[in-house]
Amino acid sequence: MLDKLKEIEESGIREISGSSSTSALDELRVKYLGKKGALTSILRTLGALSAEERPKVGAAANVVRQKIESKIEQKLKELESLQLDLKLKAEKVDVTLPGVKKEIGHLHPLRSTENRMIEIFVSMGFDLVEGPEVESVYNNFDALNAPADHPSRDETDTFYISDSVVLRTQTSPVQIRAMQTRKPPIRIISPGKVYRCDSPDATHSPVFHQLEGLVIDKHITLGDLKGTLDLFAQSMFGEGTKTRLRPHNFPFTEPSVEVDFSCFACGGKGCKLCKGEGWIEMLGAGMVHPNVLAGCGIDPEEYTGFAFGVGIERTAMRKYNINDLRLFYENDVRFIGQF
Amino acid sequence: MKVSLNWLKDYVRFPADLHEYTEGMTMSGTKVEGWEKTGEDIENVVVGKVLAMERHPDSDHLWICSIDAGSERPLQIVTGAQNVRTGDLVPVCLDGAQLPGGKTIKAGKLRGVLSEGMLCSIGELGLTLHDFPYAAEDGIFILKEDCKPGDDIHDVLMLCDTLVDFELTFNRPDCLALLGIARETAATFRTPLNYKEPVIAPKKDGDDVSKYVTVKVENTTLCPRYTARAVKNVKIAPSPLWLRARLRACGVRPINNIVDITNYVMLEYGQPMHAFDHEFIKSKSIVVRNAHENETIVTLDSTERKLDPSVLVIADGERAIALAGVMGGENSEINENTRTVIFESANFNRENIRFTSRAVGLRTDSSKRFEKGLPPYNCLPAVNRACQLVEELGCGEVVDGVIDVCSADIAPYKVVLDPQRINQILGTSLSEKEISDILALIDFKAEGGFVTVPPYRTDIVNTADLAEEVGRLYGVDKIEGTRFEGRAAEGHITPGKQLCNLLGEYCTGLGYSEIYTYSFISPLWFDKLRLAADDERRDAIKIRNPLGDETSIMRTTALPSMLSCMALNYSRHNLEAKLFETATVFRKKGEMSDERKILCLGSYGKGDFFEIKGDLEAILDALGVKPLTFVKCAAEHSYHPGRCAEIFCGETRIGVFGQIHPLCAREFGIECEAYAAEIELDALAACRTEPQYAPIPVFPASERDLALVMDEDAEAGDVIAVISKNGGKALEGVSVFDVYRGKGVDEGKKSVAFRLTFRLPDKTLSDEDVDRAISKILRKLEEGSGITLRS
Repeated sequence: MLDKLKEIEESGIREISGSSSTSALDELRVKYLGKKGALTSILRTLGALSAEERPKVGAAANVVRQKIESKIEQKLKELESLQLDLKLKAEKVDVTLPGVKKEIGHLHPLRSTENRMIEIFVSMGFDLVEGPEVESVYNNFDALNAPADHPSRDETDTFYISDSVVLRTQTSPVQIRAMQTRKPPIRIISPGKVYRCDSPDATHSPVFHQLEGLVIDKHITLGDLKGTLDLFAQSMFGEGTKTRLRPHNFPFTEPSVEVDFSCFACGGKGCKLCKGEGWIEMLGAGMVHPNVLAGCGIDPEEYTGFAFGVGIERTAMRKYNINDLRLFYENDVRFIGQF
Repeated sequence: MKVSLNWLKDYVRFPADLHEYTEGMTMSGTKVEGWEKTGEDIENVVVGKVLAMERHPDSDHLWICSIDAGSERPLQIVTGAQNVRTGDLVPVCLDGAQLPGGKTIKAGKLRGVLSEGMLCSIGELGLTLHDFPYAAEDGIFILKEDCKPGDDIHDVLMLCDTLVDFELTFNRPDCLALLGIARETAATFRTPLNYKEPVIAPKKDGDDVSKYVTVKVENTTLCPRYTARAVKNVKIAPSPLWLRARLRACGVRPINNIVDITNYVMLEYGQPMHAFDHEFIKSKSIVVRNAHENETIVTLDSTERKLDPSVLVIADGERAIALAGVMGGENSEINENTRTVIFESANFNRENIRFTSRAVGLRTDSSKRFEKGLPPYNCLPAVNRACQLVEELGCGEVVDGVIDVCSADIAPYKVVLDPQRINQILGTSLSEKEISDILALIDFKAEGGFVTVPPYRTDIVNTADLAEEVGRLYGVDKIEGTRFEGRAAEGHITPGKQLCNLLGEYCTGLGYSEIYTYSFISPLWFDKLRLAADDERRDAIKIRNPLGDETSIMRTTALPSMLSCMALNYSRHNLEAKLFETATVFRKKGEMSDERKILCLGSYGKGDFFEIKGDLEAILDALGVKPLTFVKCAAEHSYHPGRCAEIFCGETRIGVFGQIHPLCAREFGIECEAYAAEIELDALAACRTEPQYAPIPVFPASERDLALVMDEDAEAGDVIAVISKNGGKALEGVSVFDVYRGKGVDEGKKSVAFRLTFRLPDKTLSDEDVDRAISKILRKLEEGSGITLRS
């Protein structure tokens, strides 16, 4: 009997190992372990054995059953794994084919530039303030200390709605509004659209955008202006960016400066972009004129302040290497789509 | 303003390296825009002496000249000119010479005869008869300068100069003069200024200017100072070469010695001058007065100009003889027979000169300077300088005495010296001595706690002005960057900006790209939009001085900007576009404007009404704007009458959207279906709600689908309203998931499939509960509008 069991075990293991499909395994399971299977037939004959032999053979038969069962399980796993491999192989795709087309739209480069600028100044503690684009001559010029015959007031420079109302030529009138309503310390930025009588070309636009900043407190110095603009330049254009102040004149500020940034292309060594200068003119700034402070009810003996105005177009043009201002206002999707 | 460095050398030493000079000037506040070197377009041209001439054997007009050009052997040069004589000194182009206009001269043969160069005319050297009045207009330039064969023509004709172009700021009219630039140069490079008040030595022969002319200033507001001097025994002639060369370098045409002197002084001192021929001053009196009504004057440019009393004139006893500060009159012009000259050096009100110059349409070198506001102080030194030049040139005898009618305050101006304040403004720590020393560089004298400002610096009034002077000469680039002190503060953006940022995120997320457009538009666009004649959007703010009609009014609607932008993309064969703008629109509000922000969406090339509606629903949902109702709208004529809806949140109108009317789209140049939406940001902001937590349901929902047959014109929204109203408290939601027309549904009808969701928060619904609710809904639908279940 035991020999017979041994035979069953060996042939079972052999056949299972040699099978190549799950259905063949099922058949083998029936053949060896089924109701009419080889092992079952042996067990059926147990009754004919002696009481001594019976448990021995019974135990041995169970061992064989377990061996066969586990062999079947093991083989089944092997086969399934093989099948999965085949399936996966068959399912492979050409990963270089394009994805299903979905499009996220693009923010206008002026928006992303403005947003970045706002972010930088807000993180320095500046509040954003906004104001109207149709402005009074008083807020746009008079309160900003522009002499009555300053050329910027000319009809060749400024769009007039009436003798007393203009399209603002700068966002500084927002600062006037803020100074009239807020008390120092004041730290504000005012971004927005401004207007000047320039026919559109590569470097001019009748509509453009500015971001102006104003800080008023006790003990504010020109050095603070430089420090603030240094931070801005580095955040906007990278760690190594340097600033250079040059004396200038604006009615709104005294002293006034123009501010150059070290050239983004050559880092200051001199190249085509900076015309060999190593510097690129970026913005106008200065210490708020005492007349302006006094006009807004702030005592110029007690407080000083600085102000600056940056062109958003100019910044975007430098940041993205755009060479024609008109591109911003044409809005060709092939242009906007690049940002 | 362009400055001749040759001329500047008379007054000050400065770095020979041009880059160092211009950089230094820029950094001290006199910004250099650029520079040019004159004479560089001429090369290899020298003086030659004509040794001999003979006829060309094969020509009846060519001459073969033997020319001594300073080299060992004479050159043989063929010329066609007929004005050359043996012994003449002429400009000679050697082999390889360059002439203005990029012309190169090479040795070659002319009708078989070798010509080793070319003799030049004045035109070929880029000069005119104004520069060299003695030259022949046609033919070779016969030189009358002191020169010898082989001399470089640049030196002989004074052709070499460097012109530096300065960009001057509004506050520095004193720098509109060579002398002003010289002062800045001296201060910048810490070199002495070689300037002395002009000295003249009129004969003390008992003659005096008062015997020649009297001056009466009737309007002292418009003419704060008038000075005059007389010159007798004048000999009108061309100016010497050096003077002509300097005028030419500065772009001023030489005319004759007297006129040239007035221009020279204007360039040098910044003080415009005028010279009258004394003979033509009637009654020998000069009156500065307002013009009479309808008075006329023929100015030096031979143009008759009609005047009115707002214009200031210089008149004699009878008539106007000059437009004050703008241009002289032809009736008293200097001519070749002038024997006695009256020099005028006056100061005029800048606003009036600006006004006059515009009114008569004449801007001159003189008016441009007066417009900037010149210091009255300068009149006297300038008129003396002119007389000094008369003596130097020997072109007349200066008469003793000067007329000076002055109502201007020319006493020295003093500003308190407050070193602490100056340091505080600049962020520096300069001592009082350092500050005084810096100010001394520009002749500001610090003494006894005050600074005395030179009389030509009318722009200096307060400590901030002094700080600017100290800063720029100390070097603002040397000031160290610091962080401002003060409380740490949190910066904020505005709610409006926050909303714009969110909209930017949502719109781009849905595939829309942002556009930026002009705020002014063409009034014709209202017609293209098909707005009714009485539409209030036509009542736009007008720009008085627009660049053109197409940008002449402030937009009252964002739609046309969007449409024209879509049209541009369409015309450039961009197959599709989804765009958005947060645009400001402008309505009249008194004399100012009411400015509102609009979110404008636009698309063409893909999608349909429900695509843009879905996008809007997504955006509004994300912003918490609910509940929304969509109402069909046929009143917006820019939109398709059957595919346009207004959006409401409760009672508040949020905006309008739909397909652009095909006629409107075509007007703008879009020949396909286009969609747009206009959303009012104020309304949107007002309708936003903060999310409120509702427990996540525990009990299962029951869903029922109803296919309802209704008239073609019936609106799903109305059906949903009935369902919602009658569904009972367990009805959680209703949505449409299909619309069917065709087999099984009668003509003129449609079948709309609704999905109803029922749920209770506290227990599972039984089928019977739901059946009861459905029965009621069906009954109400049938009773109300004959809508039935599809069989």
